[in-house]
Order: sequence, then structure tokens, then C-alpha cells
Amino acid sequence: MNHISPTIWQFLVKWLTNFALFPPEASKIAPQMDALLFFMVLVSLIGLTIVVLLIVSFSILYNKKRHPVAVQVEGSTLLEATWTIIPLGLFLVMFVWGALIYFRVYTPPANSMNIYVVGKQWMWKAEHPGGQHEINALHVPTGRAVQLTLISQDVFHSFSVPAFRVKREAIPGRYTTVWFEATVPGTYHLFCTQYCGTNHSQMTGDIVVMTPEDFRKWLASSTSGASLAQNGERLFASLSCAACHNTRPDARGPNLSGVYGAKLPLASGGTVIADDAYLREAILNPSQHVTQGYAPIMPTYQGQISEEGVIALLEYIKNLDSDYRVQQTLNTTDMLPGSEGKAPAAEKAPASKGTVKP
Amino acid sequence: MSTNAIISLPDQSTARIPKDNFITRENGLLSWLLTGDHKRIAILYLISITFFFFIGGALAGLIRLELLTPQTDLMATDTYNKVFTMHGIIMIFFFLVPSVPATLGNFFIPMMIGAKDLALPKINLLSWYLYMAGGILAVYTMASGGVDTGWTFTTPLSTHYVNTNVLTTGLAVFVAGFSSILTGLNFIVTIHKMRAPGMTWFRLPLFIWAHYAASILMVLATPVVAIAIVLVALERTFGIGVFDPIKGGDPLLFQHLFWFYSHPAVYIMILPGMGVISEVISTFSRKRIFGYTAVAFSSVAIAVFGFFVWAHHMFIMGISNYAVLVFSLLTMLVAVPSAIKIFNWTFTLYKGSITFETPMIYAFGFLGLFTIGGMTGVFLGASGTDIHLTETYFIVAHFHFVMVGGMLMAFLSGIHFWWPKITGRMYPEKISQFAAVVTFIGFNLTFFPQFILGVLGMPRRYASYPPEFQVLNVFSTAGATILGVGYLLPVLYLIWSLKYGAIAGNNPWQATGLEWQTQSPPLTENFAVMPIMDHEAYDYEWLEQQQQAHKESEATHAG
Repeated sequence: MNHISPTIWQFLVKWLTNFALFPPEASKIAPQMDALLFFMVLVSLIGLTIVVLLIVSFSILYNKKRHPVAVQVEGSTLLEATWTIIPLGLFLVMFVWGALIYFRVYTPPANSMNIYVVGKQWMWKAEHPGGQHEINALHVPTGRAVQLTLISQDVFHSFSVPAFRVKREAIPGRYTTVWFEATVPGTYHLFCTQYCGTNHSQMTGDIVVMTPEDFRKWLASSTSGASLAQNGERLFASLSCAACHNTRPDARGPNLSGVYGAKLPLASGGTVIADDAYLREAILNPSQHVTQGYAPIMPTYQGQISEEGVIALLEYIKNLDSDYRVQQTLNTTDMLPGSEGKAPAAEKAPASKGTVKP
Repeated sequence: MSTNAIISLPDQSTARIPKDNFITRENGLLSWLLTGDHKRIAILYLISITFFFFIGGALAGLIRLELLTPQTDLMATDTYNKVFTMHGIIMIFFFLVPSVPATLGNFFIPMMIGAKDLALPKINLLSWYLYMAGGILAVYTMASGGVDTGWTFTTPLSTHYVNTNVLTTGLAVFVAGFSSILTGLNFIVTIHKMRAPGMTWFRLPLFIWAHYAASILMVLATPVVAIAIVLVALERTFGIGVFDPIKGGDPLLFQHLFWFYSHPAVYIMILPGMGVISEVISTFSRKRIFGYTAVAFSSVAIAVFGFFVWAHHMFIMGISNYAVLVFSLLTMLVAVPSAIKIFNWTFTLYKGSITFETPMIYAFGFLGLFTIGGMTGVFLGASGTDIHLTETYFIVAHFHFVMVGGMLMAFLSGIHFWWPKITGRMYPEKISQFAAVVTFIGFNLTFFPQFILGVLGMPRRYASYPPEFQVLNVFSTAGATILGVGYLLPVLYLIWSLKYGAIAGNNPWQATGLEWQTQSPPLTENFAVMPIMDHEAYDYEWLEQQQQAHKESEATHAG
């Protein structure tokens, strides 16, 4: 065959040797997703086979030559009920099965390790709690639930990792989350799958899955010297947030320690849970989110802080002596070599002036 | 009369095109451009949508050529983005939405219900002018720099981040939308008010039911996209901040508004095609449609449920998990009427007397491809698998199976089926059967590999892609070439047939619809005497009795 057309031959060889119907399964959810996909493919094949077989056999049995005069049949309630109820039943099974997987993909476990990801035209920036930054890449360990908190700085993007069977839209002005637990070390594709302008097709990257030991080594070698919370602390100081948000009794702004995850009474009435989304809004658009007992004097920081800056501030606020801090500190620091149980953020934190130290 | 083919062409030596028909009644360009005749307007539409189809098709060809290699080597990414955007806009708003309704629907709805014209002939002409205004503006936009928002106009990309002709494109779609609204309105009024005596709702051909359902969608859904586009324009020019998160707007709101139209639009596109398939399958199997009532009501069910599934385009966009549950469930429900239709059509063949003329071959193609398109829609409607498959080539393959494999097959089936009625001449049978098979093969080769690409994770709207996806893309491009041949052939032989085709006679297929009981091409007023409907739709025994009676009366005259 080789002599007929080397190009076509090579092409076919290449195809047959690389042919795959499914991408690699590299996360815990991937086999579950694939099981449902297999089920759906199976049902579709059976359905298609039935339709094609019926068409072919009717075409043979009742073609004009063999069956010159048609026999009129009105319909059949029994048959029609059958092909209403059976597809409906199958679709409902797929609905329930699909919904179970959907809720699993978008409900991160409580002890997952959080990484922030900011999408912007046309790159992905990942911010690890330990202060490691990555562009168009994300390093994650195996055997560990990793939660991504995504936001976009401009247009819609979508964070897609086919090998994990996981995808989440990064939306301007709103945090979204997704989680996965990687299982197989290796390098996988990261795609932006929401059309985002000129270089949409170049907004790709690598997801590097590492064993926990390798990941610890990577964390240590990529550290920028300060954790995300420490960066936030610096920003907190440089923006003079502490002028009001301090622990003094006459402070003009509420005390931020332990505020993350707490229920806050609002000046406009009602209460709100101070989560990522609320805190982000309260920084960028403070007049809409005044805590009860305080005057609406905070200026807006819209346009003055990048999304990464907001994330650093959030991480700092989260680390202000709450359960969350303990958790995140444990989560990140036990990954660092030789620092098991220690909290470098607390240890190295410079006691900059005015910083809330409850 | 030959015994083994149902085509009963009149004796070629005596048959001729009737002297007085809607084509010959008046002459001159103005008599066409100012006509109120639904049949002439249908022909104006047929010519214009064919023009836009080939522009859209050429753009598709450019896309496939670029994707032949993993790198961006044929054009810059910006150009590529413009090409796929214009491909989507032209194909959806200027081909698929008007395709069957504005051509075959316009021509045959009045004839099938025994009316002289649509209820509002001048509005009908206005629809065509609006459509042309929109279409020409869209083509002008493309020539003067194009637009690269994607056909979905996603904010804030379309409002703040691109410098291309968003406003003119939006205006083009806005204007064409009114054409669609007016056509829908016209059909609804006509079907309610203009039916011939005896033409009750359950004696209507299923083509009419399908168009009625589609018209409701056109009238109710299109205004929403028009408003959404106006809001985009206002936001882009004046920065009103409805969608801009910095001003407290909600970028997701646009998606809700857009898909509130654009999901029903999918049914606007496919329902009329389903109407064609009902007519064709019944005629070429000589059978009443199996379970007429179920097929009629499934069209209405699709139209009603179709309004409540829009958010399934947004499963991964951070809408509430419980909203996802509801929309996923409703999506599963809307799939059921489509499944019912497939099986009813298939069982119409049972105990029929089947022949395999071109329209029937396209209809078989439709059944197979629409089944695949519909089933893969369920993959996407199930919320879990949607996470993996959405925004990839799986979506691209899915909607091309429904839109091209479904709707375009139905359109071609309908064009061949009614060509003798429209022109009075037959198309050449052998070459058109060949073209139908070529289209089917080309289609599968083009779009089936895209399902695999999607499962493997290749994102849509990518000008470049990782090299391991190349082989499947090469298959797809090769298939597109074959598909292109499949689409060019009908244009050539149909034009040829205008002059050289065999004379068709009134009813070459021995079909039962009222449109076949008059001369071809029809008179301007459709029927010489007002028809009275005294039988059910698809009543082939009635047709035989008519012909028997006709023969006897001729015999007495001769005697």
C-alpha cells in the first residue's frame, strides 16, 4: 500500500495508532462521567439501530413492487404509548443520573484546597494560597480535592479540562467554583472554551498533575516569598484600609477579624453571609453593602484594584483568625517540605502598622 | 399509465404547461417586485435564501480549510473569528429561519388549506423586503470589515471589547427579525381565517400544523431577541449598564434574553422541516401518517415546551443548581415529542407501498440524521454530561446534525417534492437521487468526526488546535468538500430542468394535498373553483375515487 500514496498511508497509520474516542481519565469524576456517556451512547445506538432496521425492513417488505397497494392503518394507541413511555423513561434515567454528576462536580467538599483563577483576554492566571502564581498553567497534586474559584477580569471565559471532565465559566464580576480530584500524574490540556475574542484559541495551557511529593517540591521552588494572604496584607496596608478597619473601639469601619463566613446585619435591613462574593462587592461597591451601625463613608475601590488584588485581600480577610484560616493554613502548609503543622503565614507575617491583630 | 412507478406523467406528446399560470400572468421585473401573490413572493425568497446559503456555505468552506491544519496558517485569528461569526449569522438568520416557512410555507400554506392567498399579501411582501434589507446589510457589514462576536453576541464581549461592526450586524438581525414576526403572524391569521369549507383543524395536512406551531414561536420569541439586541446597541453606544457588571448590570441577563429567543428559534428552524417530512413520507408510502393526531400535537408540544428550556445553554455559567435541575428536566420532556414523531414516521411505512424518489431519499436521510441529532441533544440536556460536552465540537456536531442533517435535508426534500408543482416541470430523477446520496455521505463524513472531537475536548470557535486532533479535522474537511458537491448539484440540475425538465402535469406524485388538485404551475388565484374539503388529510382512497370519476366522465365525453 505504501507505494500508492505515502501521504495517505502515513495519515492512516498516524490515525490508527493515535485513535481515541475518549480523552484520558485523570480525575475522580471522569470515570463516573464516562459511565453515563457510555450508557447514553449505548441507548442512542440501540435507538438508531431500531429506527434504521425498521426503515430498511419496511422498505424491503412494502416497496411498490412487492406490495403494490397500501393498507391504511390509522395508528395504534398501544404502539404510540410504547414509544412515548420508553423514551421518556430512558430520558428520565439520564436526567437523574446526569443531575447526580452535576451536583457532584459543582459541590466542592469542605476540606478542599482552594486556588483562585483569574481569566483575562487571553490568559489564565492562577493564584495559589501559598503565593505561587502561574500563567496558562496549573499545578495540582493527586489525591487531593482542589477547588477553583474563578473570576474573569473582562469577558466570559470558560475553564475547561477535558481530562478531568470538568468545565466552569469564568464570569466578569462574579465568582464561580468548581472542584476536582486529580488521580493520574501527567500534563493535560487546559482550554478556554467560551469564545472571548481575538486570541480565544490561544487561551490554552497545561494542567500539570503531580504526586503529592512532587507537588510539595514544586510549591517550595515556585514560592514568591510571600503567601497570597501576605500580599493581601500589604495591599490592605497600602490602601490604608486599616485607617478604619481596625479593632479600636472608635473604629469607623467594622472589625474584619472572623468576618469571613459570618452572618452580618446590614444597614439596609436583613442579614448576609460574608462569603467571597459579598466581600468582593463590599470592597468594590461599598455604599450598597453597609454593615449595621456604620456610616456609609467607605470610598469605592472599583477600577483601583485588579481582580488579583481583590483575591489577595479576600485571602487576607479569610486568614484573620477564623476557622477558615486554620483550615487553609493547614491545607497549604502541610504541602510545604519540612513545615508540617507550622503556619508560615502567621510566622513570617510582618506586623505592619495598623494591621488588625486580634 | 405505467404500473411500477407512481409517477403518472401525462402523455408527453399532449401535456403542456398551462398558458395561464402565476408565472405568465404578468411580466416584467416590477410585476415580481410589487407582487402580492404568495407564490411569487415564495420564489423571491427561494432565490434570495439560496444566495445567502451559498455565501454562508463559502464561509463554512473557509472554516474547514483553516482547520485542515492545527496552526492558524490560512488566515489570522481575527479573520477566522469573523468568518465563523458571519457563517453563523447568515446561516441562522438569513437561511435556516426563513428557509422552509418563507419559501415552501409561503407557497403552499394557502394552497393546502384551499385559499387564494395569505391573509395579508402586502405584509407578506413587506416581510420579504425587510428580510432583504437585513440580508443586504449583513452582507455589507461583512464586506466592510465584518463582525467577530460570534452569532450569539455574548456580552460584555459585544458591548465593550470588540471594535467590529456590532451595531450594523445587530441592526441587520433586528430588521430580519421583523420579517420573521410578520411571516409568523401572516401564517397564524391565514390558518385561522382562510381555510376552505370543510377544512377542519384535524383535516389539515401536518405541514400546516408544523407551520402553525413554528409561527407561534416566531411571533412570541422573536421580539425578545430584538429587544436584547437593542439593549446591546444601547449599552455599546451609551453605556447604559444593563449587562455591565461594573455598573451593577448582569452579564448573564443577556444570555437569558438571547436564549429565550434562540432556543425556540431552533424549533422555528426544525418544525417546518418536520412538516415537509410528514408530507413526503405519506405520499411516497401511499399511507396516511401513522397517528396523525399524535404528530400534530407533538408539534404543538414542541412549541410549548420549547419556550421553557432556554437555560440549558447556561448549565456551566453559575446559574443556581436547582434551576439547572428544572431546565434539564424540561429539556428531557421536549425530547419526547421528537422521538414520537420519528417512530410515527417510521411506522407510516408499515404496510405502505413505498417508492424511492429523491424527496423520499432525503426524508430517509432526515430520519437517520435527526435521530442522531436528537439523541445527542439528550447528552447535552443531561446536566452532568453537559459539563464535559458543552462548548466543544460536540455541540457543533449536534446542532449541525439537527440543522443541516435535519432541516436542510427536509428543505431539499421539500424543494424536490414540490418542484413539479412550482415550475410545472420534473427535475431529473437519477442525478438528483445521486445528489441526495452524495449529500448524505458528505454530511456524515463532515460532522460525525466532530462528535468524537467534542468528546475528546476540542473547543469550538478555535482557529488553531492541538495536533492530535488533526486527523479527525482532515476527515471533516474532506467531508465538507463532498457535501459542497452535494449542494451544488441540485442548483445546476434544477435550473436545467426549468427549460428541459419533463412536463409534470397536475399531480405527478399522486399526492392527496389540495395543492396537487390544481394545475402546475398554479393559477394566480390557485384554484379555478373554490375547493371543498370533504375527506381527511392523506386520504388515498378518496384520490382514487376522484380519478376513477374523472376517467369515467372523460369516457362519457369521448363517447
